[in-house]
Amino acid sequence: MSAVTTPARQDTGGTSAKTLNRIVIYGMLALFALFYLMPLFVMLVTSFKTMDEIQNGNMLALPRAPTFEPWLKAWGETCVGLTCAGIKGYFWNSIKMVVPAVLISTLLGALNGYVLTKWRFRGHTLVFGLMLFACFIPFQSVLLPMATILGSLGRFGVTLQNATGLTFGLGNPTVNLVFVHVVYGLGFTTLFFRNYYEAFPTELIKAAQVDGASFFQIFRRIMLPNSMPIFVVTVIYQFTNIWNDFLFASAYAGTGDSMPMTVALNNVVNTSTGVVEYNVNMAAAMIAALPTLLVYVLAGRYFVRGLMAGAVKG
Amino acid sequence: MSTVAETSMTLTPEHDTRPSASVRSRLQDALPKIVLAPSFAATVVFVYGFILWTIYLSFTNSKTFPSYAITGPRAYQRLWRWTFESDPPSSWYTSITNMGIFGFLYIFICLALGLFLAILLDQKIRGEGVLRPIYLYPMALSFIVTGVAWKWFLDPGLGLEQTLHQWGWTSFHFDWIKNKDFVIYTVVIAGVWQASGFIMAMFLAGLRGIDGEIMKAAQIDGATTFQLYRRIVIPLLRPVFLSAFIVLAHLAIKSYDLVVALTSGGPGGSAWLPSNFMYEYTFKRNEMAVGSASAVIMLMTITAIIVPYLYSELREKPR
Repeated sequence: MSAVTTPARQDTGGTSAKTLNRIVIYGMLALFALFYLMPLFVMLVTSFKTMDEIQNGNMLALPRAPTFEPWLKAWGETCVGLTCAGIKGYFWNSIKMVVPAVLISTLLGALNGYVLTKWRFRGHTLVFGLMLFACFIPFQSVLLPMATILGSLGRFGVTLQNATGLTFGLGNPTVNLVFVHVVYGLGFTTLFFRNYYEAFPTELIKAAQVDGASFFQIFRRIMLPNSMPIFVVTVIYQFTNIWNDFLFASAYAGTGDSMPMTVALNNVVNTSTGVVEYNVNMAAAMIAALPTLLVYVLAGRYFVRGLMAGAVKG
Repeated sequence: MSTVAETSMTLTPEHDTRPSASVRSRLQDALPKIVLAPSFAATVVFVYGFILWTIYLSFTNSKTFPSYAITGPRAYQRLWRWTFESDPPSSWYTSITNMGIFGFLYIFICLALGLFLAILLDQKIRGEGVLRPIYLYPMALSFIVTGVAWKWFLDPGLGLEQTLHQWGWTSFHFDWIKNKDFVIYTVVIAGVWQASGFIMAMFLAGLRGIDGEIMKAAQIDGATTFQLYRRIVIPLLRPVFLSAFIVLAHLAIKSYDLVVALTSGGPGGSAWLPSNFMYEYTFKRNEMAVGSASAVIMLMTITAIIVPYLYSELREKPR
């Protein structure tokens, strides 16, 4: 009897310790989930409150009478610097900058990755190494020369406009930012595609070559149809990075109507004239965060893969 | 490609077609390099050329506009002097001290918290699929949004302090964001909030990659869970530590936006990092040479960390 009960008792003791253990683990995990969710939660509830409720109520309380007013005001009326037309214009600025920059840098990255893995030449490692290191430089070390060059291109654009009536995009801050993001995004996009194509069977390329397929035919017919996952990863990575960029945006389009969203948001929040409308600020921040959050919700797996690929090199 | 060239040479003895065919085949051979060339050229000019340009400017006495007469290492001498000017602290002294505090705490806390959460999540947790994205989503936000959110959350009059006062803890006092000695720690809090989830994901991927047999063997040998992690799992995660360290160090040195959005530079510039110093001196204080010198110092620091890492990564797999 005792021989049977002892292990049973031990077993129950073990399970209760185990249960306690589980409770502690789940408790900690829940606590940290709160830590990560708190700022977003506060931002969200504040954006639906009236100013009156913000000043007299509790930060964590749900809005008593949820109102969309702050969102509408942030989108269409709030003041960015001296212009009071909301952030919608700046939102579109960001879109106009992000879409071409992402597409161009991704396509170039795919071609570069294809060459660096399937059409190797002497010194390909050096070329790749140089492009890879470019991902890591602090952009402060190229900020000023780029500003100088963009400035003189802008002046050249004015001359062109006087002569031909067209600037060809020279001096346009959005075009400038597209250019800058393509140039400084190439390292990452090349890295992503190179690592992906590295594992792609070279025999297939050889076979196609024997059949007389050209460089671009192979790329279009063989590589591209098999690159969907890495395209998604790269596009998401580039989209998030470029949408969230602040340094280049403030240096090359820091004033006027062509500011991207991040710069405009910073201006809205730091505008010190009049009463600070916290609810409008929070709504503006939510609007600025929505595109990348949406991408994260829809394609979180690819987002994480991109971050990992950016972190684990070689 | 070469087969095409050979056959055309043997089959067509006419002199006219031979050069054109070989030009074409040579073009075909060069095509990959031609495709890569614009990207590589852009990298050489806009990255390495511009870095040299910045280095050059740091040896001039450029103020508001670039001047191209070399005047020697005056900018560096000034930075060197400022490095030791602690009372009252020079902007440079504040920036590099902040860099030390921020860099150390940010990297250390992110690594510790990331590993801790990854180990917790690796205990066959129900609902892992819900928790993981919650820990990770801040990484999708811009530093500006993060800064705005935490600025509000940490504001003594409206945020955490006010909330706790309303709940009855009236002696609670938390005004770091307005205090010049503590403002840098608020940058640490917001930075850790943003990046630690990602570091958790890196460690989790590492943990999932560990061979289960090793763990089982250790458990059979009577190792406690704590010993198991300390003696076996954590040493096996060394490569992840290295990657995570590189990512964090590089993020820390580049941090600029967060300081701007969260603190607007802090009272009297007390939250500045070298990146903020560079921006302010170059574009606002008309000290272009000093700004460039500080950018060069930032670049050197990152280079010292990254180049050995990249070198070993590219060399490890010989092909």
